Amino acid sequence: MTRNAIKGLLLASSILGTAGFAQAQDVTLTVESWRNDDLAIWQEKIIPAFEAKNPGIKVVFAPTAPTEYNAALNAKLDAGSAGDLITCRPFDASLELFNKGHLASLNDLPGMENFSDVAKSAWTTDDGATAFCVPMASVIHGFIYNKDAFDQLGITVPATEAEFFAALDKIKAEGSFIPMAMGTKDLWEAATMGYQNIGPTYWKGEEGRKALIKGEQKLTDEGWVEPYRVLAKWKDYLGDGFEAQTYPDSQNLFTLGRAAIYPAGSWEIGLFNTQAQFKMGAFPPPVKNAGDSCYISDHNDIGVGLNAKGANQEAAKKFLTFVASPEFADIYANSLPGFFSLNSTAVKMADPLAQEFVSWREKCKPTIRSTYQILSRGTPNLENETWTESANVINGTDTPEVAGEKLQKGLDSWYKPAK
Amino acid sequence: MSDTPSTHDTTGPIKRPTRWHIGVFLLPAFIVYSAVMILPLIETLRLSLFNTVDGQSTFVGLGNFQVLFGDERWADDFWNALKNNVIFFIIHMLVQNPIGVALAAMLSLPKLRFAAAYRTAIFLPTLLSFVIVGFIWKLILSPIWGVSPYLMDLVGLKSFFSPWLGKPNSALIAVSLISVWQYVGIPMMLIYAALLNIPEEVIEAAECDGVTGWSQFWKIKLPLILPAIGIISILTFVGNFNAFDLVYTVQGALAGPDGATDILGTLLYRTFFGFQLQLGDRSMGATIATVMFLIILAGVSLYLFVIQRRIRRYQF
Repeated sequence: MTRNAIKGLLLASSILGTAGFAQAQDVTLTVESWRNDDLAIWQEKIIPAFEAKNPGIKVVFAPTAPTEYNAALNAKLDAGSAGDLITCRPFDASLELFNKGHLASLNDLPGMENFSDVAKSAWTTDDGATAFCVPMASVIHGFIYNKDAFDQLGITVPATEAEFFAALDKIKAEGSFIPMAMGTKDLWEAATMGYQNIGPTYWKGEEGRKALIKGEQKLTDEGWVEPYRVLAKWKDYLGDGFEAQTYPDSQNLFTLGRAAIYPAGSWEIGLFNTQAQFKMGAFPPPVKNAGDSCYISDHNDIGVGLNAKGANQEAAKKFLTFVASPEFADIYANSLPGFFSLNSTAVKMADPLAQEFVSWREKCKPTIRSTYQILSRGTPNLENETWTESANVINGTDTPEVAGEKLQKGLDSWYKPAK
Repeated sequence: MSDTPSTHDTTGPIKRPTRWHIGVFLLPAFIVYSAVMILPLIETLRLSLFNTVDGQSTFVGLGNFQVLFGDERWADDFWNALKNNVIFFIIHMLVQNPIGVALAAMLSLPKLRFAAAYRTAIFLPTLLSFVIVGFIWKLILSPIWGVSPYLMDLVGLKSFFSPWLGKPNSALIAVSLISVWQYVGIPMMLIYAALLNIPEEVIEAAECDGVTGWSQFWKIKLPLILPAIGIISILTFVGNFNAFDLVYTVQGALAGPDGATDILGTLLYRTFFGFQLQLGDRSMGATIATVMFLIILAGVSLYLFVIQRRIRRYQF
């Protein structure tokens, strides 16, 4: 009896399983992603909006943990079990997928004309000829501060490096707040929220980044070592035991109102809005001298690509066109304040903190994180090394000069800039 | 056709029928074991001899090993990981196993009350997932929310607290001790079982000869449990050189700060699967896995062929 039932089940499932592929009526698209924080927004807003207009196509958003995403995705793609739509990490990780034939070219996808070349830069081949992911969002670095604390201590928003450290000194001397919430335990905080945040001001954004790729500048040059020197000074303003402070610790310290300044990425806005009980403001990385032009890291962070070996190419392309539409940009940017749309159509955002961040695009020169394009292709990996060295500099394990030398040495060992 | 071989042939030596059932009974286990253990192992060894050249998987002989030991960067990473791994192992041998023996000796005291409760409590962490253990200890040692700075403050030792997991000098020791805390139950249980196995007559005979207390432990019990200690040592060795999970959960895949807690397992993980922007390199990963395999193989062989043969066993 039971055996027959099991047999029946097996038989049914095998037939139904193949039937699912054959039936063109109801296709299910799976979106691979690392953004497990966004699950609710996808399920409640984005997917219903798409399914309402495209009957017969079901979309499943299937995120994995951020740190495991790349490894898991590569394994799934190699095994042929990955979803139809792939959320793209910026630059080389995705370029590699395209070169391996896992991602399809999207040059003739309707809707791609909505994006500028800069927006697409993170997901095009080195020669700029082929785009393989639809740009979704970028994140901007800066500092989020506790407005109530600043008012209480009578501090104005710092614009220059000197003012910034004066403000930190004042907060420290007063003693009721930890001046800055950042830890070095997770390493990437030091590199991403620290080095890549303030760095563009010193290496002059795109100018320095491109010169580094061309080999005209080195990581031992003043422009690249000076941000480390500034970072080394941060040490005195971080909380007790910052060496073992993790990223969630830093977030909690700030949202609980125990720290005054948080070196941030704009992706924090959504979480901070729901958790912090005080007013928040934001300021861009301070410039060296008053009147200098400011630089911000406006980093292309998320795109969506098409699995070249996916079963439902046509349906998946429809979804990608939807992702490229201004309608998607509007839903996305407003449900996830802090993830700024890359669509050429301007999106109206309701969140004041997000507006503050995006307003810097007008007065400052944007650049992307220096280690992401081309320079993290070899071993040792420059991005990973930058994590370790940034933490070392803040911990005092390495001096800024030694850090620069180590990074350049690692880069020299495999990177030969095209002359 | 006509003369079928007789089983009652009395002229020759008695021929036993082929015991085919042995093979049949062994077959399922053999197939499963080969499929999930032997084949992957051989495949890993094979992969370590190949590398991608111009997009093609090419046989490179020992080229990968040459890179691993010859290239300054790779060699630095590897030796650093190996050194940390050896320290990790030494701490386990010096702390975990002696404590395990001591706990077992105390538990086997006949006068001890609540022995079962202690035994359960000490063994419990072993049953916990490493994720939970890592998370609990990260919280306990956290300088911000942790209970340890608070407790140390209560007894006036606050000045001795430091963010151990975040400092290059102390991170590896801290992680090792967390691992010791988790696994101390295993040597304790094995030694406890070995101690219970010692026959009463031996103990009574010792007592008649006036060997009691400490000298009884050193002269009678310890020699009798030496084989168990040997087994524990080899289990610790294999476990430690395969370790990965705890370091990964507590310190992340980069095993910071400054690579201070990087052991072979985390180095293998980063190399094979990649990390963040770093893409996975299967060939080099397989190379590291092969070296790990050889290290463990060497250790186990040393134990089996040199040490185990010299340990005297007592038959009762």
